[in-house]
Amino acid sequence: MIRKTAAQMADALAKGETTSVELTQAHLDRITAVDGQVKAFLHVDAEGALAQAKSVDTRRKSGEKLSPLAGIPLALKDVLAQKGVPTTAGSKILEGWCPPYDSTVVSKLKDAGVVIMGKTNMDEFAMGSSTENSGYGPTFNPWDLTRTPGGSSGGSAAAVSSFEAPLAIGSDTGGSIRQPAALTGIVGVRPTYGAVSRFGLIAYSSSLDQAGPFGRTVLDTALLHEVMAGHDPKDATSINAPVPAVVAAAKSGDVKGMKIGVIKQLQGEGYQKGVQARFDESLKELASLGAEIVEVDCPSFEYALAAYYLIAPSECSSNLARFDAMRYGLRTGDVNGASAEAVMSATRDAGFGREVKRRIILGTYALSSGYYDAYYGSAQKIRTLIIQDYAKAFTKADVLVSPTAPTTAYKIGEKVDDPMAMYLGDVATIPVNLAGICGMSLPAGLAEEDNLPVGFQIMAPAMQDHRLYQAGAALEAALLSKWGAPILDKAPALGGSK
Amino acid sequence: MSSLSRDEVAKLAGLARIEMTEEELVNLSSQFGMILDAVARVQEVDLTGVKATSHPQPLENVARPDVVLPSLSPQDALSGAPAQEESRFRVPQILGEAE
Repeated sequence: MIRKTAAQMADALAKGETTSVELTQAHLDRITAVDGQVKAFLHVDAEGALAQAKSVDTRRKSGEKLSPLAGIPLALKDVLAQKGVPTTAGSKILEGWCPPYDSTVVSKLKDAGVVIMGKTNMDEFAMGSSTENSGYGPTFNPWDLTRTPGGSSGGSAAAVSSFEAPLAIGSDTGGSIRQPAALTGIVGVRPTYGAVSRFGLIAYSSSLDQAGPFGRTVLDTALLHEVMAGHDPKDATSINAPVPAVVAAAKSGDVKGMKIGVIKQLQGEGYQKGVQARFDESLKELASLGAEIVEVDCPSFEYALAAYYLIAPSECSSNLARFDAMRYGLRTGDVNGASAEAVMSATRDAGFGREVKRRIILGTYALSSGYYDAYYGSAQKIRTLIIQDYAKAFTKADVLVSPTAPTTAYKIGEKVDDPMAMYLGDVATIPVNLAGICGMSLPAGLAEEDNLPVGFQIMAPAMQDHRLYQAGAALEAALLSKWGAPILDKAPALGGSK
Repeated sequence: MSSLSRDEVAKLAGLARIEMTEEELVNLSSQFGMILDAVARVQEVDLTGVKATSHPQPLENVARPDVVLPSLSPQDALSGAPAQEESRFRVPQILGEAE
């Protein structure tokens, strides 16, 4: 049962072949069996999940009309506030904190009857690309437990790819949904900026952050997208427009006549051989389905990484000022009449990890007088150029494509002491965030050199998220018929069971 | 090659209210040259006449109707407080030494 898609599970629930309690218990059992190895979860709320499941079963029995995902279990990235459930954003500074409110995403999940099983591991405050920056230890890639699942939403991605959950939610500031989806062989979508409410999403870089769905299929991901998206008056940057018809697009999966633009700057040199090979093959599949492949030029993308690593740290240095040891979270050093400032500094030293400190200091530097124009100011102008590159490219193509990440999953510890090498892994995902548009990663196969999953990235203009699902579903179907079985069937068994 | 001295890092850490050990200051100082070189690439481009983008959406001054909506009770708002007293957050002293 746990290896079915969320859509199949929903169907089984609707037909009365199983109950949400049974389904939830099966996933909780799977978590008990394998999460000691994968370490996807920071907190499992078995009691809360079973209570939610029971309530959905009761409502279904009474004949109530339920949302399509009612009763389906889900794993939630620990960056989203859930009332009364520990929420840490992977940081020691929030250890033990239980929010007194629900984020809008959580409210929407609860309204739809989705069963939240627990909170997943992540790089501290979503700063990282490997989940190694978590204050609570790393998550391990189910494909190879010596490797990272990517990040920052590595816990959510690992939970879905190890069948601990059929669906999960992540957040994507520079690729933190798409890159871990690529590295674990699943589907992940970063919706258009403003399409999903950021109310209750612990802020890292407010102009780039966006929560989004993970699933094992394009359709499952679309079903979750539809539940979590929509206008929210509690988020001033939330787009007041109907949610694009993503589920219908995922069901149609027709790319005949669709123009697909290959971004010249996001391939070739610097991309692992097997990654490039799977990307090229996927393009051929799309062409054989009737899509027209064109090449597009985005010269400013060369500077996207530099702009991102100024803008995101600058915004984080401001956003993380709220962790001041006064209202919630950790407080240390409050002894012998120590000043508020001394307590604040001691607490932030004890509570923040290495990468968070590094980014706060970098942001503080980039925003300081005398350097502001040269660093933050220039980065904001590069951002404009990237938006213009995309606008031009989208006059020639309906969607743009690239490999999601330059490499497959790397070893735990391999890049942890070399921040620049780690940052380079985000080179293909970051432009989407800077422009505020939407992007998807879906599995394109395994790299022959290491037998690890490769991600294919699709990008579409703001509020054209349905195009991702349309193209993604087409490619997914073509690859599935070529492979004969889902890619996750090739993943090794965990804990001696499949 | 850019660089940031140990003392410059210490000053920034002070501004960011993060106490740091000598080892952390020296480590960060040694990593910063490389990171600054990489991000300074934004200065290679001719940006004259290019407008800055602070935000990907053309939204301005979004307001909601001025009506009272339910919000957190004082009890809920204080539920995560490291210390509290008389329904208020208790904070360390903020004005110099105790009289």
